[in-house]
Amino acid sequence: MSSLDPVVLFFILGALAGLARSDLRLPSAIYEFVTMLLLLAIGLKGGVELSRQPLSELAPQMLAVVAMGLLLPLLAYPVLYYIGRLQRADAASIAAHYGSVSVGTYAVVVAYLGSRSIVYEEYMPVFVVLLEMPAIVVGIVLARGWAASHQWRHLAREMFLGKGVVLLSGGLLIGWIAGVDGVQPIGPLFFDLFKGILALFLLEMGLITVSQLGGLRRSGVFLVTFAVVFPLVAATLGGALGWLLGLSAGGTIVLATLAASASYIAVPAAMRMSVPEANPSLSLAAALGVTFPFNIIVGIPLYHSVVARIHATGT
Amino acid sequence: MQTETRKLLTVICEAQLESHVIADLERLGARGYTVTDARGKGGRGVRNAGWDRSANVRIEIVCDDKTANALAAHLRDHYYDHYAMILFISDVEVLRAGKF
Repeated sequence: MSSLDPVVLFFILGALAGLARSDLRLPSAIYEFVTMLLLLAIGLKGGVELSRQPLSELAPQMLAVVAMGLLLPLLAYPVLYYIGRLQRADAASIAAHYGSVSVGTYAVVVAYLGSRSIVYEEYMPVFVVLLEMPAIVVGIVLARGWAASHQWRHLAREMFLGKGVVLLSGGLLIGWIAGVDGVQPIGPLFFDLFKGILALFLLEMGLITVSQLGGLRRSGVFLVTFAVVFPLVAATLGGALGWLLGLSAGGTIVLATLAASASYIAVPAAMRMSVPEANPSLSLAAALGVTFPFNIIVGIPLYHSVVARIHATGT
Repeated sequence: MQTETRKLLTVICEAQLESHVIADLERLGARGYTVTDARGKGGRGVRNAGWDRSANVRIEIVCDDKTANALAAHLRDHYYDHYAMILFISDVEVLRAGKF
């Protein structure tokens, strides 16, 4: 059990409480507050690091990461549509979920690396922001074709002004402007309390995950298999990209985890409005019911051990 | 006391639709509305407001007969197929008829 981070144990507690039908529930205002703190903390941390880096050096990496965000849903869609025989809208929507990223999973991998003192490129939150959006666009085009372009303006509003993107990029900007010394006074709230806040967040995530299991029962074996196998393929791609970009071992683990994670905040919101005929309980059951717990319990330690082995032989 | 009869249109739908539905209502002539958070169970399962994806809202509009029917028809045509939404219309007595 010692390989499991205590924050993951909170997730398991939430899931068990949900399974046992306990009346445990984080008040929704608190859940929202905790999410806000996490998003801002992640953004601030990345922004501080950005202030020490010339942005131009990061540009090639950023482009490569966006390309990965475009590629992942294009890989997922044919599998879902042809092998899984899902409806076009459902396949496109699920593909978009898997091309985008989960901030919760990012927070867990960061906590995981932190507790093992593994260094990683701390400007990674930029990649989180960049990976949120391309998959949404690809998903909508897959579901609708280019004809959907008349509603792009509306969609852009929803994508850029969704609270996830606003808080993450807002945090990045504030951290970037304020710099290391500037954020020091607010550090106790955002950085020192990070793991405690993450624990509360994961407790509620455990409860939410269990509430998605009903959808899973209806969606069948294919979707469950997809929700485990596709993250492994995506993690391999993400890890390979991290290696090509010359990231540190920690950075490669983070990029593999980001690739493997599936969105459950930004993409469901955008898909609900843009591809309403897609059944949200399918994509949430897969992303939240299977992939999220898989990544935080099995995936992250797995990506770590693979990357560690490659880096050990490579250098 | 002098009262007049107006229609109360009650819409219960997924919280994410709130801003869209309200924009529609205002465009179609509703002069006011009241929104409350809601949770419950229906054709699309339990919506327990545990997090924002499973939250509902209840939107209430008091208006005249014609507006109520126009609003109801619009919402039915645009949202019933793909979203969690129910609506119903009832008679209510109001004191200041000019307001609605």
